[in-house]
Amino acid sequence: MKLPLRELHRAESSLARFLYELSDRHRAEHEVHHVARDLAEWSREHVRDLAEAGNRYGLSLRAGAPASSGPLAPARRKVSELTGRRPEPGLLLLADLRRLHRRTAGVSLDWELLAQGAQAVKDRDLLELAQRDHPQTLRQLKWSNAMLKTLSPQVLATLSA
Amino acid sequence: MADAITEPWGGRTPYGPGGDWPVRVDVQLADGVRAEDVDDWVPTAAVLHSNGDGLDIAVKDGRMVGVRGRADDRVNHGRLDPKDRFGWQAGASPDRLTMPLVREGGELVEATWDEAMSRVVGRSKELLDERGPGSLGFYTSGQLFAEEYYTLAAIGHGAIGTNHMDGNTRLCTATAAAALKESFGCDGQPASYTDVDHADVIALFGHNVAETQSVLWTRMLDRLAGPNPPALLCVDPRTTPVARAATVHLAPLPGTNVALMNGLLHEIIRNDQVDHDYIERHTVGYPELVRQVADATPESVADVCGVPPSKIREAARLLDGASRLLSTVLQGFYQSHQATAAAVQVNNLQLIRGMLGKPGAGVLQMNGQPTAQNTRECGADGDLTGFRNWANDEHVAELARLWNLDPLQIPHYAPPTHLMQMLRYAENGSIRFLWVSATNPAVSLPELARVRSILAQDRLFLVVQDVFRTETTELADVVLPAAMWGEKTGTFTNADRTVHFSGKAVEPPGEAKPDLDIFLDYARRMDFRDRDGNPFPSWNDPESAFEAWKAASAGRPCDYTGLTYAKLRATGGIQWPCNEEHPDGTERLYADGKFFAQPDYCESYGRDLLTGAPREPDEYRAMNPDGKAMIRPAEYLRPHEPPDEDHPFALITGRTLYHFHTRTKTARAPELHRAEPEVWVEMSEKDARAQGIDEGGLAEITTARGRVRARVRLRDIRDGVLFLPFHYGYWDTDGTPDRAANELTPTDWDPASKQPIFKTGAAAIRRAEP
Ligand code: SF4
Repeated sequence: MKLPLRELHRAESSLARFLYELSDRHRAEHEVHHVARDLAEWSREHVRDLAEAGNRYGLSLRAGAPASSGPLAPARRKVSELTGRRPEPGLLLLADLRRLHRRTAGVSLDWELLAQGAQAVKDRDLLELAQRDHPQTLRQLKWSNAMLKTLSPQVLATLSA
Repeated sequence: MADAITEPWGGRTPYGPGGDWPVRVDVQLADGVRAEDVDDWVPTAAVLHSNGDGLDIAVKDGRMVGVRGRADDRVNHGRLDPKDRFGWQAGASPDRLTMPLVREGGELVEATWDEAMSRVVGRSKELLDERGPGSLGFYTSGQLFAEEYYTLAAIGHGAIGTNHMDGNTRLCTATAAAALKESFGCDGQPASYTDVDHADVIALFGHNVAETQSVLWTRMLDRLAGPNPPALLCVDPRTTPVARAATVHLAPLPGTNVALMNGLLHEIIRNDQVDHDYIERHTVGYPELVRQVADATPESVADVCGVPPSKIREAARLLDGASRLLSTVLQGFYQSHQATAAAVQVNNLQLIRGMLGKPGAGVLQMNGQPTAQNTRECGADGDLTGFRNWANDEHVAELARLWNLDPLQIPHYAPPTHLMQMLRYAENGSIRFLWVSATNPAVSLPELARVRSILAQDRLFLVVQDVFRTETTELADVVLPAAMWGEKTGTFTNADRTVHFSGKAVEPPGEAKPDLDIFLDYARRMDFRDRDGNPFPSWNDPESAFEAWKAASAGRPCDYTGLTYAKLRATGGIQWPCNEEHPDGTERLYADGKFFAQPDYCESYGRDLLTGAPREPDEYRAMNPDGKAMIRPAEYLRPHEPPDEDHPFALITGRTLYHFHTRTKTARAPELHRAEPEVWVEMSEKDARAQGIDEGGLAEITTARGRVRARVRLRDIRDGVLFLPFHYGYWDTDGTPDRAANELTPTDWDPASKQPIFKTGAAAIRRAEP
């Protein structure tokens, strides 16, 4: 189980980071900004859970996931504020949400694999962990889908005007 | 007679459980006018709050000269609140808008209706040609009539085909609607005000009823003064009049309502005070709730909420022991962090205790504005007409048949755009035309500096339709003078589904026109047509608009088909649904445990309470195939802007007894203006001492967004919390932007209901020099 644990730990950490990046890059889109941060918290908890589970398999995974988008965060926010009056960031937002959706889908798949593996090796704790955390990944996945669906008509219709 | 300003709830008329609330007819006439001098009494109801008090306007020599409560009205049994008593005078103020205004060389100048409307129509047509319907948006009110909202919805969603339409009920009531949809599949208040007569426990969640619906509070006070009074539970960080009358008062830290509710639900489930039979037969989702609140022990949530565990247990015992439990909810939940999730937990409480549909057992997800319910049911606020489900193609097709339009003409690719998103579209330039009716966003929306900068843009064509010049009209390209309440005819519906007729008592001043006439005039000038080439909308006056709305409501939960103008004029209000089956209206919804939640019928498939992502139709069908009530758990999330070193206080804002919606009307009634002419800030004595601030002293309150200067009132309020009333703007000041509470509030909203969060922000306060 080391492999899927390590892989999922990596994917969740990078998802958390990407959510913060998205949040900062789209500071002017308030719902995206705030909800992305809330969702990043979930991934950070998942990382903590996975690090703990990893211990039992002799893996030393980091328990702390990024809590921000890194040293570029202020710059990202500034750019978002400066371009907040222009339509182009709309396209960038759609592109970012698409990327987020695909990444989250990857994480979701990895959770599924982990759950399958846990059943195979009869690790009840690990299975419970997957059952607890995976639904939040699915909610993250639905969110990016919903935001894309809601925001795209306006972006696409105005840019073609 | 008691002074209505100093004794706003008047004298007591006590009564016992199951009794009839005694009638007490309040009358207020202008100085020197006696009841026998009045030429005519014109029936209407209150429009300065959501209670829906039935009243008559006194008319003498063609002028309004007073008001009188209606003894036969089911809502107030004759009583009037202070705003009802004095607010009517606003209509006669000399500064009414009497002519259209258009912007010329940067200034607003008087114009003819032809000139003003040709600008509005010209810009609409240009934009429709060049950029399509998505470049037009409509932002309306919670103070117009059903006929007007229905017409606006038909024009916006139908004739123009834009998805961008909302009401200012978004600030007020969006969460009430969202919470009802999440739990019951559809909007519509389950309970009735008469439940106050029967309840043995009344729990008020963030609902300062004494100030927001003072006549309803009078009803509660009369129960408290009678035999076998109900026990009250109050959840509010301030020690309000409700808190003072309560058996148990919980004062959670702002932004922690969900944690508190989970703690209460945990206790009730642990004590096994749940109605297993009701849960089994009428609900889905209970096991998830049990799982969600399993760890929410009073100890574990106590620190989060700042409420001692013993108090949480005490409150839970009160709820546990109730045999007729009435819960009410308002802005303390709706305008706070995790608004919908928190409001839904109150529905969960009622459902697991089986407290629904019988006298005294119910939930009232209250409204803030008087006609908010109509904005929602008519489809002018981000819902589709007649509580139709935008995600159900058959509902959209039905609407298209009703309007005789192509279904593709009615946007339904995503939920109707909510106000805060519309503002964002205006900010990035994709909305270029915004028509604002009967509301004042330049004072009522969060982060005012941003709102001003959006509305003032050159590229945005702003139309404002109102009765006075406001902070918002000053940013407009065209201003349209509207008639107000008492100067036009229509109907409206209060928070407990009571529909009232509102008659025309006097003529509007100058060239001001009823909002309905303005919308229809626009439609005719735009030459909107249906599929057969007939003018659309097809109606042309209040009564024909009402008949059209009735047809649109037929078969839907808000069925008006049993109502007529004549019937409404003759009675003290009737609760919908009112149809052949229920000719006298319906007191309580869901009495038989049957809900409007069937997959093919429901208004909404729901959303994720935390992310706001809409649920897919298939998912809904799988989860709730039989249309039961839905128990929906939610986890607590930390607030987005907790107090920190620079901003150590939690800031909450809110309403007050004497004012309403940015004071455009209430400040023009001398008694109401004098009662509270200036903004103030409330804080605890301990905090004030630590900051070196005195009662009555001037203070400066700042957040990351701006500053406000206000006089300090030392009050019984949680330490670490500041309260600012949010009705004060700038039209009666020198214009320095340091008075409106919304200079301070953040741009953030609940993802599920899209209601802005006015009650969870971080602020600093210090003494200011005058
Ligand atoms: S001022 Fe009051 S009634 Fe008006 S929108 Fe705001 S909360 Fe609602």
